[in-house]
Amino acid sequence: MQITVTVNGAEHSADVEPRTLLVDFIRSDLRLTGTHIGCDTTACGVCTVLLDGTPVKSCTVFAVQANGRSITTVEGLKQNGDLHPIQVAFKEEHGLQCGFCTPAMMLVGSKLIEDNPNPTEDEVRWAISGNLCRCTGYVNIVKSIQLAGKMATAGSDS
Amino acid sequence: MYPRAFDYLAPETKEEVLDVLAERGDEVKILAGGQSLIPMMKLRLASPGTLVDINRVPDLDSISIGNGHLTVQALVRHNDIVNSELVTTENAAMASAAPWISDPIVRNLGTLAGSVAHHDPEGDWASVMLACGAQVVAESRDGGERVIPITEFLTDMFTTSLQPTEMITEVRVPRYASRTTHEHAPPRGGGNYQKLERKVGDYATVGVATHLELGDDGGISKAGIALTSVYPHNLKVTEAEHLLVGSQPSDELFAEAAEIAKSACTPASDVRGSAEYKKDVVRVFTERGLAASLAGAQR
Repeated sequence: MQITVTVNGAEHSADVEPRTLLVDFIRSDLRLTGTHIGCDTTACGVCTVLLDGTPVKSCTVFAVQANGRSITTVEGLKQNGDLHPIQVAFKEEHGLQCGFCTPAMMLVGSKLIEDNPNPTEDEVRWAISGNLCRCTGYVNIVKSIQLAGKMATAGSDS
Repeated sequence: MYPRAFDYLAPETKEEVLDVLAERGDEVKILAGGQSLIPMMKLRLASPGTLVDINRVPDLDSISIGNGHLTVQALVRHNDIVNSELVTTENAAMASAAPWISDPIVRNLGTLAGSVAHHDPEGDWASVMLACGAQVVAESRDGGERVIPITEFLTDMFTTSLQPTEMITEVRVPRYASRTTHEHAPPRGGGNYQKLERKVGDYATVGVATHLELGDDGGISKAGIALTSVYPHNLKVTEAEHLLVGSQPSDELFAEAAEIAKSACTPASDVRGSAEYKKDVVRVFTERGLAASLAGAQR
């Protein structure tokens, strides 16, 4: 089936089998390998992407469902050569260890601070509760997302 | 993991969906949120020949009140319910359960109607719908609309009375009786969902849904109790409901109802806990749920 999906602002057309999972379309067809595959059973959340701005687990969505819609992957966070505040904050607060869960954590975090720029620790933990970090590095992930919120607010004020 | 190949259709009207169902019948599965169906297909526990994606059908995603019901349409996501002020005001059991459904990302896609249609005995919504006395509204091209009481809809685990030619268009939950006479009356009703899970996104080890309404004399006029994960299907504890209705609420009464719920369930011992432990959690959760429901009803 012929589909057209806007990924990180660019339109991509492809002929896909209906059973192609969105995560495989992103990784194999588009070669955007920042989106990871972990459990493949909707549990770990490392395959999270934004579908029309909303976090979804791309191992549990068919590529054909994204026809005519927009996807943001981790590769789309950087804008005009500048890192997204969430990326800067993850670097500043050492929000990653092995890095496997990081793309998903940053996308979920970016969505959270868009809705709520000053989240409490509980609110961050609630928002990332569908994403697992096997390094158990949650403390710094939470700090990173909170810092990103502050940075984004400061950035938009200036 | 990959499903078997299937035909994919994404109609843009309800009529087209009903046509496909009328023509292709039981080889068709409807794709709403897909958060249970797609994993089942990947494990090849389900292999529909045709998948009809209803996400492009308009006017299927609202929560509304009317005709004595709170109505949740087929494409309302779990997170829409979490964020709905209408649900918060209208139905405490649903408002209490919604944040406990799976995890925040799955809640962005999964739907209440899909969860009920799936009828996983470990699914939370079916218990809440049983406790609240919901109705499922199904439509087919040749049969028109059919309103099915939830007790007749949920026939057995992973099995419902939905016909192959039908799609669920909405799920209706009766409003608190006090609200049907005075729009802004105090609810005189309350509800609750207690859930024990090992981690966010895990199935319930035990879940208990409760719903209570009070009459003018302060006595219980309506009661609902239903259990998740502790029986081959979501279990409505009719005997305990009968005990409650017509009585004045008290701790002793709730303790007695909780004992009945404990006796009614038959959980299995597994990695989530022993059968004995789960039965006792049912007792404790039923007491807590009824107390919370009463507090809501007495606001």
